[in-house]
Amino acid sequence: MGNPMRIRATIKGDTTEVKVLMSHPMETGQRKDSAGAVVPAHFITTVVAHHNDREVLSAEWGAAVSQNPFLQFSFKGGAAGDKVKVSWTDNKGDTRTDEVALA
Amino acid sequence: MNQSIPKTFVLGLALALAPVSASFAQSGNDVFAEYREMFGDDNPAELAEMQGEEIWRAVRGPKQASLEQCDLGLGPGVMQGAYAQLPRWFEDAGQVMDLEMRLLWCMEKQQGLDVSALRAHPFSEQGQQQTDLEALSAYIAAQSRGATVAVPQEHPAERRAFENGKRFFNYRAGPHDFSCATCHTHDGKRIRLQDMPRLNTVEGAKGSFPTWPAYRLSQGAVRTLEWRMNDCMRQQRLPGLQHGSDVAIGLITYLGVQANGAVMDSPGLKR
Repeated sequence: MGNPMRIRATIKGDTTEVKVLMSHPMETGQRKDSAGAVVPAHFITTVVAHHNDREVLSAEWGAAVSQNPFLQFSFKGGAAGDKVKVSWTDNKGDTRTDEVALA
Repeated sequence: MNQSIPKTFVLGLALALAPVSASFAQSGNDVFAEYREMFGDDNPAELAEMQGEEIWRAVRGPKQASLEQCDLGLGPGVMQGAYAQLPRWFEDAGQVMDLEMRLLWCMEKQQGLDVSALRAHPFSEQGQQQTDLEALSAYIAAQSRGATVAVPQEHPAERRAFENGKRFFNYRAGPHDFSCATCHTHDGKRIRLQDMPRLNTVEGAKGSFPTWPAYRLSQGAVRTLEWRMNDCMRQQRLPGLQHGSDVAIGLITYLGVQANGAVMDSPGLKR
């Protein structure tokens, strides 16, 4: 299981803005370590976000996304007490899910 | 076939490149300021802060203690504003310490941990998790956000650290006959695209000290002032700077004292 994400979700009128910081090395598989050995690829492949039970974002990611990725998106709707849940899965099968309640 | 490339395409390419190369030629700071704006209040350093908070609260070591009783200069466990007043003299340790040295001392004396590995590798390598020192530095510095920098100069050892730092700042050495002053005592100097702060002036120091530790986007990691000093030595082709040495503490004290009065805003976000 990966390290915790930092999720911030704020209601802005009839939309909700979500900002997510994920903790992940996002190794491309192209880099070599100081001994010259290739560092194996290790990156997030899919990201899914839910507003309560409704899927509001689904993305396929690859090696071009930076280390410790920052993701911002908004969706229509959102009321105080609603849950926003973000999950990622990486190419090693590791996964992490975090959720916050809208204030 | 080559001759049939539409003219509009060639023109469009030239137009697209022109403004970019012009702004890059001046300084990378303008471009980077835009980038920073996109982050808003968010800073990936927060991930390190979360890690640091966990380590701060964790009960560890043979003495089964957490760091919450560690005295960072303002009393046991007091974090708020503590980073803005470091380095300082610690009576119990009998020396001037910066945050990293103090944390190592607390881990060793209060938790009974063996810190030799951490002392030997205080900074994380590319792709590794932050070291305990980096994570704790991010967390503790964040508790001083908004505090006024007040690095003390009361104890003779604190004044000596300042003088040591000032002396080393101006000390030319190494195969390139470089000193810190070679790059950091002029206005409008830069290395590649980075503007060099003028660190022998109050203004320059005030612009620099309160922004450390900082998340370095190019490295994907939080870096501390000790790291900054260490890397400056490498860039000057000087021998590796020993972590927590008199020179390191001296330089940080010299920078901090000049920045007194500035408002802390770290962890920062840097290139």
